[in-house]
Amino acid sequence: MTTLLEILDQPLVLALIRVLIVFTALSLIVAYLVYAERKILAHIQVRLGPMRVGPHGLLQPIADGLKLLLKEDIIPEGADRAVFWLAPAITVLASFTAFSLIPFADNFYVTDVNVGLLFVIAISSLGVLGIILGGWASNSHYPLLGALRSTAQLVSYEVALSFALISAILLAGTLSMNGIVKAQLQQGVWFAFMQPVAFFILFVAAIAETNRNPFDLPEAESELVAGFHTEYSGFRFSLFFLAEYAAMVLVSSIAVTLFLGGWLRPFPNVEWLGFLRFAPVVVFGAAGTWCFLRFFRFPTGREWFWQRLMLFALGAGAAAAALGLLYPPVLVASQGAFWFLAKVFLFLYAFIWFRGTFPRYRFDQLMRLGWHFMIPLAIVNVIFCGVGLVLSWELGWNRSLSLLLASGATLLVAAWLARERS
Amino acid sequence: MGQTPSVSTTILGADEVILNMGPQHPSTHGVLRVKLKLDGEKVISSECIIGYLHRGVEKIGETRTYAQFAPYVDRTDYVAAVSNGLGYCEAVEKLLGAEAPPRARWVRTILTELQRIASHLLWLGTHALDIGAMTPVFYCFREREEILKIFEKYCGARLTTHAFRIGGLLYETYDGFEEDVKKFCHDFLSRVDEYEELLTENRIWIQRTRGVGILTADDAIAMGASGPVLRGSGVKWDIRRAFPYAAYDQFEFDIPVGENGDTYDRYLVRMQEMRQSHRIVLQAIDSIPSGPIAARIGKVLKPPPGEVYHSIEAPKGELGYYIVSDGSTQPYRLRIRPPSFVNLQVLDQMIRGLLIADVVAVIGTLDIVLGEVDR
Repeated sequence: MTTLLEILDQPLVLALIRVLIVFTALSLIVAYLVYAERKILAHIQVRLGPMRVGPHGLLQPIADGLKLLLKEDIIPEGADRAVFWLAPAITVLASFTAFSLIPFADNFYVTDVNVGLLFVIAISSLGVLGIILGGWASNSHYPLLGALRSTAQLVSYEVALSFALISAILLAGTLSMNGIVKAQLQQGVWFAFMQPVAFFILFVAAIAETNRNPFDLPEAESELVAGFHTEYSGFRFSLFFLAEYAAMVLVSSIAVTLFLGGWLRPFPNVEWLGFLRFAPVVVFGAAGTWCFLRFFRFPTGREWFWQRLMLFALGAGAAAAALGLLYPPVLVASQGAFWFLAKVFLFLYAFIWFRGTFPRYRFDQLMRLGWHFMIPLAIVNVIFCGVGLVLSWELGWNRSLSLLLASGATLLVAAWLARERS
Repeated sequence: MGQTPSVSTTILGADEVILNMGPQHPSTHGVLRVKLKLDGEKVISSECIIGYLHRGVEKIGETRTYAQFAPYVDRTDYVAAVSNGLGYCEAVEKLLGAEAPPRARWVRTILTELQRIASHLLWLGTHALDIGAMTPVFYCFREREEILKIFEKYCGARLTTHAFRIGGLLYETYDGFEEDVKKFCHDFLSRVDEYEELLTENRIWIQRTRGVGILTADDAIAMGASGPVLRGSGVKWDIRRAFPYAAYDQFEFDIPVGENGDTYDRYLVRMQEMRQSHRIVLQAIDSIPSGPIAARIGKVLKPPPGEVYHSIEAPKGELGYYIVSDGSTQPYRLRIRPPSFVNLQVLDQMIRGLLIADVVAVIGTLDIVLGEVDR
């Protein structure tokens, strides 16, 4: 027993366990993000979405994953085999590695280094390398065009994204991801309220970075068939797919950490809002209740037996979780992860919602928006934010007031830019 | 570029790429193949390669009797089968010197206008999908479904309907036909508003369509364009008004026209046309006359020797039938003037200098159906 504890006490082992937990949870989240996207889009579009595999199609992601794994792996003739093989690996590696720096809760992260944010940005922008290589190695026109588009797009929006992040760093005074969250706790306000323009820029750039509608040009199916992964199939395709959705979760996590208070509950310093800590209980309780309600209204009969059983098990599981969460130590421990994931899901919902709503930008329009509007605005915002901070330090102005004034000035610039450049 | 024939690399400059768009491409609306010469993403020139869906419909017409051929025309523009049937039946009636009784003409008008709405809905959905808005297509299919249900109840078929017969109708309207049509009309206008809310004022939609694929009125006329493509360029030409057929001279409707001849104008024209069709249907459904549904023209059709050209305003433009009779039971020559085929020839002119994304938008705005282009 002592030996087991000793082994567990090794820093490397602890890190490995955390990596395992994060990786598994992330894979599950990504798989069910695809399911959620299909379901939400379906309901926006007056249809049902997956309904066949499991109750309400709940096992669909697993079935899809199995199908992709078992499919024939085709490498097109004339492709650069080594690069073709390497490309999806790079992309998926880049988007998963960056998660090692994300603080999911106060004390739950794989590692926290003092240049955390820099590392996250550096690693996540490596993902585009896989896209370029994949498009180039396929030896086909559509992937090549898709790769070129995504290179230009990702490089341009990376600039705006980074400048938006800088203003959060200015406010927090640290690059450590957990440090930024704690700074928001100390200052008693989420940075999104102090720097709304930076938050907006980050949000738009994040959509462009992840190739999501209305910036989904690299894989615009109606123009480039499937863009950079046209020639990919089976397992390799699933890697690209996985990486894309992991990147969505990643940029949402970054935005939540920097601007929406990470694992903090809303208004963490307001005492009378303490009842919010019961939100996880309510969520799981509601999920359990819904499962049971569906269970009683589900069609009976032999062919539905397994689906009903699953639904019942899900309901029982959710109810058990809700009951377990009522135990105070568990409730306290679950807070960080719950609020973090809740905010991330809010973001992801917005991603999906946009996909159901907007048409797609054209390539030149996208670049014009990036270079003529987003990047100047991001730079101006950083400068004004700095000026606001200096004013509060040197002249003793109220910090929030000076920052809001800075944001107001930035908005004026934005209005001017919009009029001049459109 | 591994898939480019090696011969052309010597002819082309180093920067040019030949890209085959289609025949299996998500947004060429069937089996159109467009060979694009690209400089980066910019289109230098293009060439349409058609014929992948050629079935020899016109030649088949020479070996079938007049009545036997009617179902074949459903398969040219297969998303507007009712309109095709109307054009063909009226052409043969003209050849015979017969005329369908009023009741038949009214029902024909109602069904054809419903078909125009259905065809435009299909166009709207796919056009929006091409430009990246994926939701309208599902809304459009919801409404189109209601129309197809009416067709199904009337003649048993949804797509290739064969709804009309030479000389009038085969089927009397079913019980509840008026109610079904009225019910559809009651909901329809608010649904069109819904689509317009998603697109008309949308900045991205406007940026993607305004000023894209401009066709001037002179060019449109010179190229023989017709239908919404012509009207989008500002030419007020509608065969329903110019040479009224069926019962169109009885109803009030406007002919919407565009100003700039760009993709956005053609979009607005088609949206307005749906509202106008709705208006015509509402007028017609309240005034269907009673009486026989078919003219007495006999079982065996032997038109007198001669020739006839009859055209109607199909959803996509002027749909004409030119029939030469030698006095036998089969046409000597039957020629279809398909609107899609003629409208398609403006494609090259419209997309030169634009980007690939615009090519997709322009193909969508021309609203072609390859069954009709290739026949």
